[in-house]
Amino acid sequence: MKKLFSKLGMVGLLSFLLFGLSEVGMSNEVFDLSNGTMLLADNHIAVAPAVEAVEEAPTLDTGDTAWMIVASILVIVMAIPGLALFYGGLVRSKNMLSVLMQVFVTFSLMSVLWVIYGYSLAFTEGPYNTWIGGLGAAFLGGISGDSISGTIPEYVFVTFQLTFAALTPALIVGSFAERIKFSGMLVFLTLWLTTVYLPICHMVWGGGLISSWGAIDFAGGTVVHINAGVAALVLAIGLGRRLGYGKEVMAPHNMPMTMIGASLLWAGWFGFNVGSELAADSTAGLVMINTQVAAAAGVLGWIIMEWMARGKPSMLGGASGAISGLVAITPACAVVGPMGAIVLGFIASIIAYWACTSLKKSLGYDDSLDVFGIHGVAGIIGAVGLAILMAPQFGGVGYDDGVTMISQFMVQAKSVGFTIIWCGVISFILFKIVDVTVGLRVSEEDERAGLDTTSHGETAYHS
Amino acid sequence: MKFITAVIKPFKLDEVREALSEIGVQGITVTEVKGFGRQKGHTELYRGAEYVIDFLPKVKLEVAVSEKLAKKVVEAITKSALTGKIGDGKIFVMNLDQVQRIRTGETGDDAL
Repeated sequence: MKKLFSKLGMVGLLSFLLFGLSEVGMSNEVFDLSNGTMLLADNHIAVAPAVEAVEEAPTLDTGDTAWMIVASILVIVMAIPGLALFYGGLVRSKNMLSVLMQVFVTFSLMSVLWVIYGYSLAFTEGPYNTWIGGLGAAFLGGISGDSISGTIPEYVFVTFQLTFAALTPALIVGSFAERIKFSGMLVFLTLWLTTVYLPICHMVWGGGLISSWGAIDFAGGTVVHINAGVAALVLAIGLGRRLGYGKEVMAPHNMPMTMIGASLLWAGWFGFNVGSELAADSTAGLVMINTQVAAAAGVLGWIIMEWMARGKPSMLGGASGAISGLVAITPACAVVGPMGAIVLGFIASIIAYWACTSLKKSLGYDDSLDVFGIHGVAGIIGAVGLAILMAPQFGGVGYDDGVTMISQFMVQAKSVGFTIIWCGVISFILFKIVDVTVGLRVSEEDERAGLDTTSHGETAYHS
Repeated sequence: MKFITAVIKPFKLDEVREALSEIGVQGITVTEVKGFGRQKGHTELYRGAEYVIDFLPKVKLEVAVSEKLAKKVVEAITKSALTGKIGDGKIFVMNLDQVQRIRTGETGDDAL
C-alpha cells in the first residue's frame, strides 16, 4: 500500500511539475492570447457580412458526409477486431477470450452510454460549461435526421465521436489484462467514462476549459491517449502484479494476431486522425501523410533501439513502434509537416521503448500490455512536441497570431499536466470505490486457471 | 526385434524418413515433442521481459524393426539427421519382446 502511494505520488509530482512549469509561462501566454483575440475580433468585423451569409445556411456536403461515414467505420475496425487482436495475441492462451470479450463488451457498453448521456455531456453547452456540457441532448433528444453539424449530418458526427468514446476505455483493458474481474471492469469503465472521459472531451473539444487556453489536440492526444494511459497506470499499480510476474513465462501466445491487430489499428487510424478534420479537404491530406510517416518512423525508431540494445529487432517491437508513432502524431497531425511527423514518431517511439523496458522495470508495476508505456508516454511526447514541430521552420503550419513556440509549449504542457492530474486522481478514487464494492480482481484460483474458462466458460483453442 | 526411438531436429524429419524408406523400413511413428539436452534452451525477449525457454521443440520418431535391420536404421538416422551442430538429438535402441498386427493377428517379424 505504501509502495502504491509513493508511485502514485511520483506521477502526481511529475504532472504538477508540468502544470507548474506552464503556470510560470502563463502570464505571457494570457497576454499573447488577448492580443490574438483582439486581432480575431477585428477580422471578424471586416468580413462580417460574408460570415453571416455562410452561417445562415449550413449546408450538407455529400463528400464530407461520405468520408465521415467511412471514417467512423474505420475507427470501429480499430477497436474490433484491431485492438482486441493486438491485445489478445499478447496474453497467454488461457486468457485470450477474456481480452477479446473485455474489448468487445466495453466497446458496446460505451456506445450505448454515449447516446444516453455521453454525447450530450461532451458536446452541448451546460450550466458548468467550463467543465462539462449539459443534458439537453440526453437520449439524443432534439437531434433528427435533418440536424447538421458543420457540413455533415449530426447523427454522423455523434457516431464518429461515439467511436472515440468507446475506443478509449477499451484501450485501458491492456493494463489489467489477465487478472481483472469482468463485472468490476464494466462498473469501473462506466464511471470512468462519465467522470474522466466526458469532462476532458468537453474541455478539449466541446468548448470547455482546455480549449479556452488555446491548447491544440487535433485527434485526441490528451482526450484519448493520455487519459487511457494514466488510467491504465493507476489500475496497474492499484491491482498489483499478475501472479507469477517476473518468475513465470508470460510470453505472448500468438504474435501473428498481434501483428494483424497492430496493422488494423494502423489502417483504422486514418479514420481516427483524418476523420477528425470532419471534412474531406486539404487539411485532411496533410493529416493523412503525417499519420502514415509517423507510424513508419515509429516502427524504425523502436526496432533500431532493440537492435542496438539487444541485438535482435522483434516483430513485437515493430508493432509497438507503429502504435507509438501513431499515438504521438494524433494530437499533432494537422499542425506539423511530414518531416516533423517523422521526427515526432521516431522520437516518441524511442522514449516509449525506454518507458516499456527500463521505466516499467525500475518502478516495478505490471502494466500487462504497456498501455501507459505506449499510449501515455507517446501521447505526452506528441502533445508537447507538436508545439515545437509546428513551427514554420520545421515545416509546420505555424502559430496563431500572438502565439509563440514557448507560449504554445506552455499551454500544451499545462493541458497535459491538467489531464494527468484530473485523470489520475479521479481514476484512483474510482478504483478504490469499485474495488471495495464490486471487487476488481479475480480470485487467485481463477487467475491461475485463466479467465477464459473461469469468467466466460469458453476456451479459445481446442486441440 | 529392436525398438528404436530417435529424437531429432524437426526440420530433418523429411530427410530421415527418406533415408529409412530407402533401407526398407515399412513404417514409423512421429510425435512432436519438447525437451532439453546439452543444447539447453534459448531466451526470448518481449518489450524488455526476458524469458528463458527451457524446452526446445524436437521430433521423436519410433521404429520397430527386425534384428538384422536395426544397425542399418541407426546408421541411416545418424547420417540423415546430422548437422554437426549441438542439438542434433539422440537415438535409443531397445529390445522388443513382441509385435502383433491387429488386422491379421500376425506376430513377430511377420508383423513388422
